[in-house]
Amino acid sequence: MVQFNLPANSKVKKGQYYKDNTGSKNIRKVNVYRWDPSKNENPRIDTYEVDMDNCSSKVLDILNKIKNEIDPSIAYRRSCAHGVCGSCAMNMNGKNGLACTKAHSELEGDIDIYPLPHLKVLKDLIGDLSTLYKQYESVEPWLKTTKKNDKENIQSKEDRAKLDGFYECIMCACCSTSCPSYWWNGEKYLGPAVLLQAYRWIIDSRDEDRKERLKKVADELKLYRCHTILNCTNACPKGLNPAKAIAEIKKMLATA
Amino acid sequence: MSAYKIIDHEYDVVVLGAGGSGLRAAVGLSEAGLKTACVSKVFPTRSHTSAAQGGISAALGNMGEDDWRWHMYDTVKGADWLGDQDSIEYLCKEAPAAVLELEKYGVPFSRTEDGKIYQRPFGGMTKNYGNETVQRTCAAADRTGHAILHTLYGQALKHNTEFFIEYFALDLIMKDGACKGIIAWNLNDGTIHRFRSHITIIATGGYGKVYYSATSAHTCTGDGNAMALRAGLPLQDMEFVQFHPTGIYGHGTLISEGVRGEGGYLVNSKGERFMERYAPNAKDLASRDVVSRSIAVEINEGRGIGKEQDHVHLHIDHLDPKVIDERLPGISEASKLFANVDVTKEPIPVVPTVHYNMGGIPTNYKAEVLTVNGSEKTVPGLMAIGEAACVSVHGANRLGSNSLIDLVVFGRAAAKRAAELVKPGMKHDEIDNSETNRCLERFDSLRNSEGSNPTSELRLSMQKTMQSKCAVFRSEKTLKEGVDEIRKPYEGMDSLSVKDKSLIFNTDLVETLEFDNLIRQAITTMDSAYNRKESRGAHAREDFPKRDDENFMQHTLSWCNGSKTKISYRPVHRSTLTNDVQYFPPQERVY
Repeated sequence: MVQFNLPANSKVKKGQYYKDNTGSKNIRKVNVYRWDPSKNENPRIDTYEVDMDNCSSKVLDILNKIKNEIDPSIAYRRSCAHGVCGSCAMNMNGKNGLACTKAHSELEGDIDIYPLPHLKVLKDLIGDLSTLYKQYESVEPWLKTTKKNDKENIQSKEDRAKLDGFYECIMCACCSTSCPSYWWNGEKYLGPAVLLQAYRWIIDSRDEDRKERLKKVADELKLYRCHTILNCTNACPKGLNPAKAIAEIKKMLATA
Repeated sequence: MSAYKIIDHEYDVVVLGAGGSGLRAAVGLSEAGLKTACVSKVFPTRSHTSAAQGGISAALGNMGEDDWRWHMYDTVKGADWLGDQDSIEYLCKEAPAAVLELEKYGVPFSRTEDGKIYQRPFGGMTKNYGNETVQRTCAAADRTGHAILHTLYGQALKHNTEFFIEYFALDLIMKDGACKGIIAWNLNDGTIHRFRSHITIIATGGYGKVYYSATSAHTCTGDGNAMALRAGLPLQDMEFVQFHPTGIYGHGTLISEGVRGEGGYLVNSKGERFMERYAPNAKDLASRDVVSRSIAVEINEGRGIGKEQDHVHLHIDHLDPKVIDERLPGISEASKLFANVDVTKEPIPVVPTVHYNMGGIPTNYKAEVLTVNGSEKTVPGLMAIGEAACVSVHGANRLGSNSLIDLVVFGRAAAKRAAELVKPGMKHDEIDNSETNRCLERFDSLRNSEGSNPTSELRLSMQKTMQSKCAVFRSEKTLKEGVDEIRKPYEGMDSLSVKDKSLIFNTDLVETLEFDNLIRQAITTMDSAYNRKESRGAHAREDFPKRDDENFMQHTLSWCNGSKTKISYRPVHRSTLTNDVQYFPPQERVY
């Protein structure tokens, strides 16, 4: 009988333990996934004791504190620090989110920090998003209009309001990497992040290519691998609803 | 330095940076048929343009009468007469077309009742040369930068721009005073890349992270500015650092000026709307330097709020929740997340926070980098745009919503100029390896630092010094101390510690290279501020409270070699570009 098991070199091992050296009475243990591509070693979980009396409120503040004060080698992406750039998406205590907006007070017990699930890991908490970016390109995220540049399009307030809840996407990939269907078919299924973007252009009243756009996504694998699991909507740190976008696309195709 | 694998590329033009200005330039270059590479240390939509909230200025006149000349006057006055009026004319005249172009690209602007682009009031933006408030700032709710950045990235994809993402640029390749390309480190696989190009466009943004508290992203480290300094070029007007009046107290997150544009107002601990005293006409919509100074005075005179009496309150709880929901949803979210405040019920605690660098690489209005000694000669092969550049349209103080328009107008201008200068497929000069070797020696020596000072400690020391010695108000004493103190973290690099020696996503080394970039800009900022013995725009000297046009209506130029600087001056352009508008001579600046 076939036995499924992780390859030996991908088993996650116990890593280093960094004991607090500040004498703080308010310590939290933070477990962080580590993997260095330049060393021929298995991934490991390093544990850091962090002095919470001198740490600001978000998970990113913990990571910055570790990097600045304990272990400068830890690698993660971060930029704006207030939830608009989408760099610091990661998995915290089992849930995807942005480290810069996630308050550590909302996490119970020891804090476990992993890269976004099911991505190829480049180093530590940095995942490879290149497939998702290519899929984003494939939905042609630009306005298609034959109107000339010297005058603005007129768009009613009502038509503009249809974009609310969709144009705000920051492409952090929290949704797509929480989707079991995307885990399984990530090369072919576009996934919630990209379908939400596709929908944003489909419903823009200024766009003249709606039919073609719909035709392009109407594919068993690209679209219909969505099985309404709704992890995506649950994961979105911006409170958007990718599942609704996908459902709307399906509805438009069904009623077209 | 043969230890490093070097991969060579040839492009007509290389754009360094993929924020608003870099992407707009890349789109124009690709449209012109030039082989273009866009190199960025972050994925384009992670750039800090995404954090711009309130809007983009242009005299469209969608919400009442407007004229680009009024916009020009406001900008000249906002700049406290340190802006170059030829460049400002170009900016304001080109602005409406640039916004319409963005709309055609697909930016989801908010709309008026009749379906036009919605425009809101903003600080310093007036009608009829300073007479009353005008609605000139085009907005996509309070996420205008995000909307523009994502749309421009889409346009760049449409035009098949070639991106090199998560490449960290190390240095310019210079030969006989001309720029021949750049050297960059690919974080994804650790290789070194040498890009040869006829023109290099620096679009690397500001360097807010020299300060401890800034609305700037972690990545705002002014890498291109530092590359220019290392190439022996000067930076201009570095002392002019904008403090945004309303950063969230304790965290620094930006609360858009659009909040005051929509009717929000500031109060002190006595519940007074204190801006009425400082700017009787414009009140809370005076320009940013004025509002920031007013808040600082309120706090210094004991009318601050809180246990430490060190901040003030911004109210929007009187506004219709529907208006907040429609036009200011992002700041409601940020206030909840970072100040635990429900803006419909409570005021937001705010404090002036470092936000924008008026200074940068000196250029003309065509985005070409200017050479030294007051001459208007350009550096062949080198351009700069966006916050990295000092055109100078913002002079001593930028008006809110003039930065986004700066990005697209001069991004477009750079592409146009490059298309005039370069024909597709022109042959590249031979360059020897000396520049590459010098660059990689610095890289290698930083990477192999085995000293005792972690980068994070040196960076913190630099940030604290800038925060305390080069703040909203400055004086001979604080600046003199600052000039000495800011050199300590630089000297600390003699015994630098870099723990991670790897080459793939070595963020320890990235932060070290960024620090090496930041500290040079911190030094030029401090020294430029020390040498400007007047008050103008964002540079407020307690010991020289008046503007001194006789001696200082000049741009500061600062060179930096190691920790040594050289300071010189270049006259402000005192003429317009065309006869469409008259030169605005200096006046007293009151709001």
